[in-house]
Amino acid sequence: MVALATFLQRELRLLARQKADWLNPVLFFVIVLSLFPLGIGPEPNLLRIIAPGVIWIAALLSVLLAAERLFKDDYRNGVLEQLVATRQALWPFVFAKLISNWLSTGLPLVLLSPLVALLLNVDSASFLAMLLTLLLGTPLLSLLSVLGAALTVSADKGGILLALLILPLYIPLLIFASAAMEAAAMALPYYGQLAIMLAMLLVALALVPFAVNSALKINVS
Amino acid sequence: MFKWLHPLAKPETVYQLCGRLYPWLLTAALLLLLLGNIWGLAFTPPDYQQGDSYRIIHIHVPAAIMSMGAYSAMAIAAFVALVWQVKVAQWSVLAIAPIGAVYTAIALITGMAWGKPMWGTWWVWDARLTSELILLFLYLGVIALSGAFSDRQTGAKVASLLAVVGVINLPVIHFSVEWWNTLHQGASITKFAKPSIDPSMLWPLLISILAFKVLMLALICLRLRTAILVNEQHRPWVRAMAGDQ
Amino acid sequence: MHFQSWAEFWAMGGYGLFVWLSFGTTYFLLLALLCYSQLQQKQFKRQLAAKLAREQRVKQYQEQSD
Repeated sequence: MVALATFLQRELRLLARQKADWLNPVLFFVIVLSLFPLGIGPEPNLLRIIAPGVIWIAALLSVLLAAERLFKDDYRNGVLEQLVATRQALWPFVFAKLISNWLSTGLPLVLLSPLVALLLNVDSASFLAMLLTLLLGTPLLSLLSVLGAALTVSADKGGILLALLILPLYIPLLIFASAAMEAAAMALPYYGQLAIMLAMLLVALALVPFAVNSALKINVS
Repeated sequence: MFKWLHPLAKPETVYQLCGRLYPWLLTAALLLLLLGNIWGLAFTPPDYQQGDSYRIIHIHVPAAIMSMGAYSAMAIAAFVALVWQVKVAQWSVLAIAPIGAVYTAIALITGMAWGKPMWGTWWVWDARLTSELILLFLYLGVIALSGAFSDRQTGAKVASLLAVVGVINLPVIHFSVEWWNTLHQGASITKFAKPSIDPSMLWPLLISILAFKVLMLALICLRLRTAILVNEQHRPWVRAMAGDQ
Repeated sequence: MHFQSWAEFWAMGGYGLFVWLSFGTTYFLLLALLCYSQLQQKQFKRQLAAKLAREQRVKQYQEQSD
């Protein structure tokens, strides 16, 4: 626990110093969202229909953008190698990364959601669903992007490779999150979708740290 | 059983075994493929609803079944590679991935060619077609990841890890796509009823499925041999063999 | 034999394009994978043999010059 707090403090300090790392993806999210009305047309009803899919696809892409650099600096300056070499448990480091990644990419999306709802003409019932799906879904996005980043730490070619690896894994989340928002727009209950999202989050929370742990060890040794 | 399996962890033994099996498997696969496809194409009656277009089933279904079979084979190899650190298993993950990708591509292309006369469009966001497309992305991810590292060994290990992650995710993806499809049923074109298949049509199909399976085994033998050679090129047995030729 | 003539066989009851397109691409892709895999193996064997021959020559040259 002490180790977790230490690592978390370090991560947050790094985030505070490298503001571009987390500001750029958030900016990207807003820009992508504002492109859709320009491309499709400003018709309010049309925007309301496409809003769930558009919001979630923009969220996926902006989280992906932040994932690229998650472990890169720690790999380049030798921090990862030191951690593996000390033979101590990696999990405080992994969880600190997870928490700081969610705080820097997931939380801003949740906080921005009222603005997004205004931009895309989302009504209040769908807005609540959007807030809930973002709250449940963004931690899962963080888990999967940490996994993707850990797999590709020492890869020579990054970028598109990471997208190819994690985007297929995001698909179930995309389906259930946008379905929950569509159900809310039609005034139907959407607890089922939220429950499935919660289940996926819990399963991922139980399994992903193991995979990240071994991916980091493979990449460093 | 472990006594029997243990020699299979030794690259040289696997290399010899694959070399001995390969010509037999390839011949058997080609014969079975010819038999199954000619029987299916020319000697079965046409379907009463779909006419002669249903004959695409003789390559579409085998490719689709074996694309999933290849993924499970790859995932088992990856699991063995990660848990017991068996090198041959790591290399077979990389040997199987392109075969699986090609089978998946065949299943998709033939599915589209079958869909055009039946559904009226080349592509329908049908649950099975969509899951197959995602399967193709998973295969491409494994292939791309294995080639992205300057160290070959790291690439093989990381690709194995991704294959295991993928196999845990595959059922989740499959069921979510199926659920999504039933949700949006109104948008998709009504599917034709699936009648039970007549025995006269079933036999050539079974033979074709077997042919695709044996062909996959032959290709695995061929590709695994190359992978063993590449990875063991500094070992004395490879050098001795290459010197003889 | 279900078909009466070759022409009928190629026409496939009007679905000829789709049936032969599927079978054609399938055989092409399978054959391409097979040939590519075989070529890869041959090429690597050739490379390895060339490398060993070169090493042999270097060794001989060094022995002569000693």
